[in-house]
Amino acid sequence: MPNVMIRRKDDGGLLFYVAKKDMEETIATVETDTDEAWGGEVELTDGSRWFIDPISPPPQFPTTLRFKRAGD
Amino acid sequence: MASMTREETQDLIQEVLEVYPDKAKKDRAKHLAVNDQSIEQSKKCITSNRKSLPGVMTVRGCAYAGSKGVVWGPIKDMVHISHGPVGCGQYSRAGRRNYYVGHTGVNTFGTMNFTSDFQEKDIVFGGDKKLAKLIAEINELFPLVKGISVQSECPIGLIGDDIEAVSKKMSKELEKPIVPVRCEGFRGVSQSLGHHIANDAIRDWVIGNRDGDNSFETGKYDVAVIGDYNIGGDAWASRILLEEMGLRVVAQWSGDGTLSEMELTPKVKLNLIHCYRSMNYISRFMEEKYGVPWMEYNFFGPTKIAESLRKIAAFFDETIQANAEKVIEKYTAEYEAIVAKYRPRLEGKKVMLYVGGLRPRHVIGAYEDLGMEVVGTGYEFAHNDDYDRTIKEMGNATLLYDDVTGYEFEEFVKKVKPDLIGSGIKEKYIFQKMGVPFRQMHSWDYSGPYHGYDGFAIFARDMDMTINNPCWKSMQAPWQKPAEGEAEAVAAAG
Ligand code: SF4
Repeated sequence: MPNVMIRRKDDGGLLFYVAKKDMEETIATVETDTDEAWGGEVELTDGSRWFIDPISPPPQFPTTLRFKRAGD
Repeated sequence: MASMTREETQDLIQEVLEVYPDKAKKDRAKHLAVNDQSIEQSKKCITSNRKSLPGVMTVRGCAYAGSKGVVWGPIKDMVHISHGPVGCGQYSRAGRRNYYVGHTGVNTFGTMNFTSDFQEKDIVFGGDKKLAKLIAEINELFPLVKGISVQSECPIGLIGDDIEAVSKKMSKELEKPIVPVRCEGFRGVSQSLGHHIANDAIRDWVIGNRDGDNSFETGKYDVAVIGDYNIGGDAWASRILLEEMGLRVVAQWSGDGTLSEMELTPKVKLNLIHCYRSMNYISRFMEEKYGVPWMEYNFFGPTKIAESLRKIAAFFDETIQANAEKVIEKYTAEYEAIVAKYRPRLEGKKVMLYVGGLRPRHVIGAYEDLGMEVVGTGYEFAHNDDYDRTIKEMGNATLLYDDVTGYEFEEFVKKVKPDLIGSGIKEKYIFQKMGVPFRQMHSWDYSGPYHGYDGFAIFARDMDMTINNPCWKSMQAPWQKPAEGEAEAVAAAG
């Protein structure tokens, strides 16, 4: 369950950064992304999938959240 | 020689790897790559930030070097204690040429060496008492010191001293920040972890010091320069450009920087990062906690400078944007004259780099401005995110080498035959004796600054002076040279 910092990129996309792993990836899709909540399964551009219980109200970015690897 | 094709470069890597035993070959193969601009993520082609292979020659430093030498050391109004035996601090003392203004020994302490000079009894009985006494002594001898940092060397972690407790106690007693830094040399695989630990110490002991204190008058054009260590005056050459643009530089991290500048940084509008590797951690933290955005920029060579100035200006209003154009215009004649003078002398020359931090990718633009080409580059202690940023800057089919070994580097140079190598002091004399022009790109070979428009003029002169130095024609002893008549005959025949 790594700590992940999510921040907005210049182009508006979301960046998924794991300091411990030096991993800097762009988020491709987010399962739940509404005015009420943000989270669920998150897929990155490298194909890996991560999970976080949907947070409501949606968090302000940048912020650090704890993700799990989505079971596959 | 002409540019190499992808296959040739790949073959060269294979050839160089041939001498290693199987296990070492497998390991080193992951650190050598042929650049491919179409790759988005560097982890697909190169592995980095791994432990160096025992038995090969590496030029990496330790975590203590990353914290004391790079991040904390240049903060000039603090005393940085090399806590442990005397050698680590003494042998690295003042080696980094972080220029600063002030009266050394009165209100600034940059080039001085403070150490707790551990003896056997301190290892056996612990050094906490000694540390407390040392801190009190420093404060008495140098009353203008603004704060003290305790930079742990290897033994401190091994014997389990509680430097945090001592620091807290002494900080209360002296009413000055005292920062314990757990940067024992054995942590991590290179100096890179030292940068991270140093950043975390700043986060925990410095950044929050002025929270809730609004006495500092902020302005809408406040910025901080982060990750510029003022080597040979780099930060000064950068700072004037930002100021000419109408921005106010509140803090310099950490070349010629002070403790109070660091404390004020969370109050700026934008953090400008030059060395991403050593200071991205604290910038990310400030973004998250204080909402201060950060941006990477590059002040090497006019092309990148103009690009960066525009990118920085785009963050502010039209006044600043107009000013940025004015600054670029103001210096145009100056740098065009430099390019006109040196480009004909340097055109087409090939460069190989092997440095640390930001330089393996940031200086590429400056060489290109002079018509030169970087045909190989590599980092001592980069992580994947550095190579992500490098792939796009380098030409296709050029060489990338991570934590290169002494042997590999020499072999690459023999085959690629660059006209110039930019690396550190440990490589300098080997390559010079091989007859290859060489510049130290850590310390700018005791020259500099290289940042900004002023720096570019010096950079161009230095490269010319090195490559076109007449000494390279005298590499052969006179008695080994063909006699005069012969030489002409050979020339005529060839
Ligand atoms: S590895 Fe340890 S002993 Fe060596 S210089 Fe670094 S801190 Fe000092």
